Amino acid sequence: MHAKPKLSRMPCRRWWIACALALLPLFAEADDAQPTPDTLTWTVPFGVGGGTDVWARFMSHWMAQSLPSHPAIVIDNVPGGGSITGTNLFYTRAQPNGEEMLVTSASTQFPAMLKDPRVRFDYAKWTPIIAAPTGGVVYVQPRFGQETGEILANLREEPTKFAMQTPTGLEMPVMLAFDMLGLAVEPVFGMRSRGEGRLAFERGEAGVDFQTTSAYFSSVAPLVESGQAVPLFSLGVMNEEGVIVRDPAFPDLPTFSELYLAQPGASRDDVAYEVFHKFFASGYALQKLLLVPRQVDAKLLAGYRAGAKALTTNADFLAAARQQVGPYEPVVGEVAARQLASAMELSDARRQWVVDWLKDRYGVRVVTR
Amino acid sequence: MIDALVASLGEVFSASHLVYMGLGVMIGLLVGIIPGLGGIAGMALLLPFLYGMEPGLALGMLMGMVAVIPTGDTFTSVLMGIPGSSASQATVMDGFPLAKKGQAARALASAFLSSLCGGVIGAIVLTGFILVARPLVLAFSSAELFVLTLLGLAMVAVLSGDSLFKGMAACGLGLLAGAIGTAPATGEFRLNLGVEYLFDGIPLIVVGLAIFALPEIVDLLIRRGSIAREQTSLGHGWRQGIRDVVDNRGLVAKCAGMGSLIGTIPGLAGSVVDWLTYAFASKTAKGEKHFGQGDIRGVIAPESANNACACGAMVPTLLFGVPGSGTAAIFLGGLLLLGLEPGVSMITTHLDLTYTIIWSLALANILGAALCLMLARPVAQLTRIPFVLLAPVITTLILFAAFQATRSLGDWYTLVAVGAIGLLFKQAGWSRPAFLIGFVLAPGAETYFYQSVQFHGMAAFLRPGVIIILALIALAFAFPLIKRLVLRRQPPLAVGADVNRQTADTPAPTFGKIDLVLVVGMLALAAGAWYDVSGMSMIGGIFPMLAIAIMAVGALLAGAQAWKGQATWVSQPIGQPLVWLGGLLALIVVASLLGFISTAVLMTLGFIRFVARARWSAALLVAIGIGAFLLGMQALLNLHYPMGWLDAMLF
Repeated sequence: MHAKPKLSRMPCRRWWIACALALLPLFAEADDAQPTPDTLTWTVPFGVGGGTDVWARFMSHWMAQSLPSHPAIVIDNVPGGGSITGTNLFYTRAQPNGEEMLVTSASTQFPAMLKDPRVRFDYAKWTPIIAAPTGGVVYVQPRFGQETGEILANLREEPTKFAMQTPTGLEMPVMLAFDMLGLAVEPVFGMRSRGEGRLAFERGEAGVDFQTTSAYFSSVAPLVESGQAVPLFSLGVMNEEGVIVRDPAFPDLPTFSELYLAQPGASRDDVAYEVFHKFFASGYALQKLLLVPRQVDAKLLAGYRAGAKALTTNADFLAAARQQVGPYEPVVGEVAARQLASAMELSDARRQWVVDWLKDRYGVRVVTR
Repeated sequence: MIDALVASLGEVFSASHLVYMGLGVMIGLLVGIIPGLGGIAGMALLLPFLYGMEPGLALGMLMGMVAVIPTGDTFTSVLMGIPGSSASQATVMDGFPLAKKGQAARALASAFLSSLCGGVIGAIVLTGFILVARPLVLAFSSAELFVLTLLGLAMVAVLSGDSLFKGMAACGLGLLAGAIGTAPATGEFRLNLGVEYLFDGIPLIVVGLAIFALPEIVDLLIRRGSIAREQTSLGHGWRQGIRDVVDNRGLVAKCAGMGSLIGTIPGLAGSVVDWLTYAFASKTAKGEKHFGQGDIRGVIAPESANNACACGAMVPTLLFGVPGSGTAAIFLGGLLLLGLEPGVSMITTHLDLTYTIIWSLALANILGAALCLMLARPVAQLTRIPFVLLAPVITTLILFAAFQATRSLGDWYTLVAVGAIGLLFKQAGWSRPAFLIGFVLAPGAETYFYQSVQFHGMAAFLRPGVIIILALIALAFAFPLIKRLVLRRQPPLAVGADVNRQTADTPAPTFGKIDLVLVVGMLALAAGAWYDVSGMSMIGGIFPMLAIAIMAVGALLAGAQAWKGQATWVSQPIGQPLVWLGGLLALIVVASLLGFISTAVLMTLGFIRFVARARWSAALLVAIGIGAFLLGMQALLNLHYPMGWLDAMLF
């Protein structure tokens, strides 16, 4: 019985780390590049084969190559509770030894911002290594017209449906966008994936639909070509100053922000726009995150971030990433940390605004802590 | 199309492709045989190698694994009564009774040959169908899916055994259990008693284990002896099993056809198809019927359907990127990792890859089933071993499988709680499949009903597809009536045997103290659950209320039947089974304190030495085997077990 599960080595390993830390001052200069561990474990709080799992496995391949020690990266799927279960588990159990990392997505970020009663984790205790942005496009049935203005006018007149997963899931900012544009779009919940939402659109049950960039290119672009769908707006991308601009994947498509701000009396300071901006930042601009506990050794963290940084200039990686998530540059290191901190901080008043909006507009009761 | 077909056949039969596919088949069988693992574990083994591989070869490996998972799980379903995955639940119904009759080899041989045929038929259907499937998949809106779940629920009437009322109550309880968690329409939490584990609902695999496997184990422990009550020649049984499939080739073809078509409907998954075909077989079978007591057709029907269904599930996965089953969802992840985007291109520019997938599926089915057929005879020997020797191994396997559901101790406590229901149901003859069908279909029934009303309003129920399916349901109910009318017109002599069987099939309703406990318990539960959901919004609470009503009415009618003296009072012993269940509960508590591995090893050692009274050497051997298995799985698949203080020290 020589198999050695992780925890058995723990006391021993902790002892070594303690020794290493004690001796650290002695080696401070010689220890410039602290060796990265041989094995990294990435907790993925989603099931095997889902979008985040696929991204994690894709990234694990490239990160392992990019780190000097070429560590073996083990993906540990802990699904449940829409990613809350596994993230809670990571929060309570993970050691800040640099061997354990967490991969999260919009459906992990949103409940944390809304203070879902099940959430026990705190993003402030973690720091990102790399983040992958994504964009998305809203498209409509051709019967609503071809021109943006015409479509918007028709959507304000004729009530139509939008197939969603949950009221507080990835599509929440999109639903907010519809409401802010005054469109008569009503949500139908209970889809098990965005793909099911698209099926409802293709069946004609839903009048409008939304897909993230990679899914749009593979499944919606053919519909647009054959005249079965008309793109309406993109969500845009966030630039370094935190302003939403046109999506490089859809340069000819107006962003939601353009359409909203063109309305009389609308401004960037509107509460609704600020809320949209927050959820856009945490759900799209930083959709997939690779995180480590904040107390991780600073040099180790710097090593990981250098590895991630190197990927952003690696042409092979960028070409592969373009296919996986679209033409978006990953956000790394301090920039990601700054953006994440700003995105995740939602004041109590704003949170209450979201709760009230969901309740008054759609009759959805969201419990917050 | 022909070009693509020929090109893909060349690819499929190339040496490197065959080697990789063989590897996938091996892994698929390994994880398929071990209950509770299935496709997810197999994928976890394969995925690290997948990225960067040549797509054709990687697909072969992936398909090899995906194809044989519904094949391997038949072993535990038949031999131990453990449904290894949701696709093999109906197989347990007749497969395990056959094993108890000493016909395990026959049941296994039939199951594997039907799997093989089903898989190949599914692939053939798929080859042509995938080109024209798009409009059909799009024709199934939420309204059609809703009435399909109703069709599934109608099966309860067929499967509820001696009392329709008890079946109805069981189904209502299943629906209520399936409603635990989150309301799909509003995201409200309900029926969770404030326990965090229940926020997500109860996992299907735990319910399957608890409702089928646990009561059987307890039963066998009480009865002593081996699983096979009668000793028959295994070789003879094996040949008989092959012959059974040949004799029922019409049934195989029909069920495989049904399986492949139902599999193409996304959202319904493989969990209903085995029950639909099982009910179909039990309704249409001619001659002597012993469904539920070991009728070989009860094995052939679901087994030919589930492999065909795995083929059919490729249609929505490849064409729409919407997986038709759990395994297909994993397969979809593999596709994305290989850089292949599902969509219309899969039948235009990538048609050759699609055919590679389909034909790998067929070939892997043949390979996997052939391997299992060879294994069937030796493995069936297990049913001759005295059960006390097997019991600790099977118990460990069940705990292992249940804990893989969500890796929480809640899985084990749910196992015991639902196991208690299963035990009472079994002792009192309430329909366990009715409970399971209710449980499986609850989320679909609720979600699709809400969605179809939201999308179409009341017009949802006037759609042509909906009316056709409703007519089918009506036919299913009217069928026995019509049959009886026809039979009555014929001279009684000719159908004498058949009429006798009819009366034997539906004996007078019985009632006993367990029935009384169940009826009272259900009424109390109904009151409590009603109180829990009464504060919810209308669309969030209406479904559990409906489930409560079905359960309460069923229970009341069953009770009233006894009250009015229409049911014969029978004695129903329950003391001993409950003692064993208490033992399992104690084992769980110890395992969560000491750790799973050490508890399993110690329990095996103690049980085999002191309860089974075997020699120390034998006990030690089995115990070490168990420990090695658990440690090996942990290392290989990065699994986790409850880690008590003893495990933390030792391993």
